[in-house]
Amino acid sequence: MSSKIKFISIFCFFIFCFFIFFLSLKDSKKYTPKALINKKIINFEMKQLESNEIITENDIFEINKITLLNIWSSWCLPCRDEHKYLTELKMNNKLNMVGINYKDKKKNAQNFLNEFGNPYKLILVDEDGKNSINFGAYGVPETFIYNSEKKLIKKIIGPIDLKSFNEIKNILK
Amino acid sequence: MILSQIGYYSLVFVLAISILILFYCFKQLKFLNKNYYLNLINLNFLQSLLVVISFSSLIFSFLNSQFINRTVYENSHTTKPFFYKFSGTWGNHEGSLLLWILVLIIFSLLFLFTSQKKEKKYLTLTLLFQQIIILGFLIFTLVTSNPFDIIFPIPNEGLGLNPILQDPALAVHPPILYIGYVGCSIIFSSSLAALMSQSVNGNWASHIKKWAIVSWIFLTVGIMLGSIWAYYELGWGGFWFWDPVENVSLMPWLTLTALIHSLAVIEKKSQLKGWVIILSISTFVLSVAGTFLVRSGILNSIHTFANDPQRGIFILIFLFLLIFLSLVIFFKFYKQDLNLNKLTFTNDLSILINNWFMMYFLSVVLIGTIYPIFLEVINNTKISVGPPFFNKLISIFLIPFLLFMGFGASLGWLKSNFKKIYLQNVVLFFVSIITSSYLFLFIGDKGLFLSLIMGGSIYLFLATIRDLIKKNKQNLSQRISHFGFSLLVLSILFNSIFSEEHNFNLNVGDKFKLEKETIFFQNISMTNDKNFKKVEGIFLIQSNNYKDIILKPQLRIYNQPVIITSEADILSTLYSDNFIVMNKIDDSNMFNIRYQKKPLMIWIWISTIIIVLGGTLTFFKDRK
Repeated sequence: MSSKIKFISIFCFFIFCFFIFFLSLKDSKKYTPKALINKKIINFEMKQLESNEIITENDIFEINKITLLNIWSSWCLPCRDEHKYLTELKMNNKLNMVGINYKDKKKNAQNFLNEFGNPYKLILVDEDGKNSINFGAYGVPETFIYNSEKKLIKKIIGPIDLKSFNEIKNILK
Repeated sequence: MILSQIGYYSLVFVLAISILILFYCFKQLKFLNKNYYLNLINLNFLQSLLVVISFSSLIFSFLNSQFINRTVYENSHTTKPFFYKFSGTWGNHEGSLLLWILVLIIFSLLFLFTSQKKEKKYLTLTLLFQQIIILGFLIFTLVTSNPFDIIFPIPNEGLGLNPILQDPALAVHPPILYIGYVGCSIIFSSSLAALMSQSVNGNWASHIKKWAIVSWIFLTVGIMLGSIWAYYELGWGGFWFWDPVENVSLMPWLTLTALIHSLAVIEKKSQLKGWVIILSISTFVLSVAGTFLVRSGILNSIHTFANDPQRGIFILIFLFLLIFLSLVIFFKFYKQDLNLNKLTFTNDLSILINNWFMMYFLSVVLIGTIYPIFLEVINNTKISVGPPFFNKLISIFLIPFLLFMGFGASLGWLKSNFKKIYLQNVVLFFVSIITSSYLFLFIGDKGLFLSLIMGGSIYLFLATIRDLIKKNKQNLSQRISHFGFSLLVLSILFNSIFSEEHNFNLNVGDKFKLEKETIFFQNISMTNDKNFKKVEGIFLIQSNNYKDIILKPQLRIYNQPVIITSEADILSTLYSDNFIVMNKIDDSNMFNIRYQKKPLMIWIWISTIIIVLGGTLTFFKDRK
């Protein structure tokens, strides 16, 4: 094999690798579908994590409070990343935080909360992930923010970072 | 405010100087008769000074808790102990990049100072490549992850450093690993420069070998510290998890180890030139690839920093520019070795075989780490590659590797007295086979395969001891490292075969009976520490075979951010580690207890230190 062919084939191989990595980076891009904004929350029935009590969409709201719905899971690593922001938000009395535990084992979920603290007022269980899909979620973590009229005002795909944390704080002002 | 500005502007000046140095490098290369060399040294010196200023201003921002700085706000807190405020500087993406740049620049200055006698063209070229790397990282830092970003209004309190990262081993782990990585950049630049200036020879090899050994020492210690941290802090009771980030640090280590061995061949016989260049290039490329994989969030792992695709794309482009640059240079300047076929049955053949094994281990780790990414893009399926994959594929080839390592190191450089070596090794081989089979008869049936690995490692162990106690002191450092390695393999094997783990729930005051031991949960106490509350359990472990042991695992409730961590308590002795960790079970008085016995655990660290000791000896021996 002449050195030119060698060079070209190695070059092509690396170009191929480059595109694979490039595409996989693109995949993880965050985006928010505008269509859901201002839509009212869907009807659902979910069990509560500790008590197995059935909760519907009307039970999670509180009068004159913004409701934050956070989809999380103990196996999800970015969820650990955003946890410090959720813990910080817990202090805010205008906010009502509800967690949806997505495709998780109860024991692992409890271990996660024991280890990192529980920022939620209420935790619902979505064992097979169907309810989360109905919400329009793409994966974990994802955060939905509803106003007191039960309408969606903001959706965050992926972990909450400093930018979205500040945006949430602005909403609460 | 002022600190952030000092830091930012000195970093901008560093960038300007970097461009200036590149300009002078080109000028020097164009007009070889003129001497711009002094300018280059002066500029490089100035550059190091500025980057030190920049980095110190970030350190001071952390120490004074200047929350106007966004990096400080996101990663620090006023109640953090002084030491962790300090180490918080590099415990985050932005700060760690600045550290990278700092070490890069200081290393290229050191390189210039220590190799002034070399040919000017070669030095200028090395500096040129080094500055290209520095420039790439500088632009990356300033554009996508400026550590001196300012936020208004100034927050009163920071968000805090993740308590998992508040550990002495982890505080020094990143800088040490970075020194290793950055040392590889010198090898990369100088090998390309040597290729272009036609000076790949024994002289160059012994010159660059020092850098290779320094990087190797730091890389080894860095990996070990990370592993110690995982063992003591994460509380999973293991020391290596084949986590993508661990793999990423292991890959350059494998190529670097192969490189150090091959450099000896160039030094002695002027062979394997092309191969050495390829190894030098791939070591650094793998280091940058590691940075890419970790920092882009493309892999999921405990080390993953915040996801930011823009950062990922930047490093990706930089990485492939480096790859293409080195490919072009390699194919343009490399002339095939004509005497490649002269390899004889001596030490160089055994080194070549060592290299093949290293490449095999490398490809296993590489494929296991990036295959899931490829599969997801091409096929849209998510898989995760776990420890069983690595353990299976690596352990099969470990057997011949161990045998070759024991045999190969005893071969001489020129001619081997084949008969004598042959006889010795056969004797050792049978001794080790007998010992390992006896061990397994004694302990019980654990499978043929394990006993083969066991036999191999006992063989290597005996062979290295034989080499160690030889009269002549030639290659002593190499023998120490090999002995350390055999000890490492043995302790890992014993550790993984004979470890016990027990998981149970206990109330305070209760006892739990194991086969040979009783665990008694005596008491619980609560105290306040500076930035966390401490719940300490007291456990008494009684056994007929040894004295009573008291272990005190803790639960820590940190205040900023509010996180509960469980600290394992570990009693290490030369024979085994007793490891206990407790967790509170919600809505009950019970605690979940995990108790482990890990034989020879401490020998894993000791043998790694012995390996490093060998490397350090080589470094000092070669200086004379």
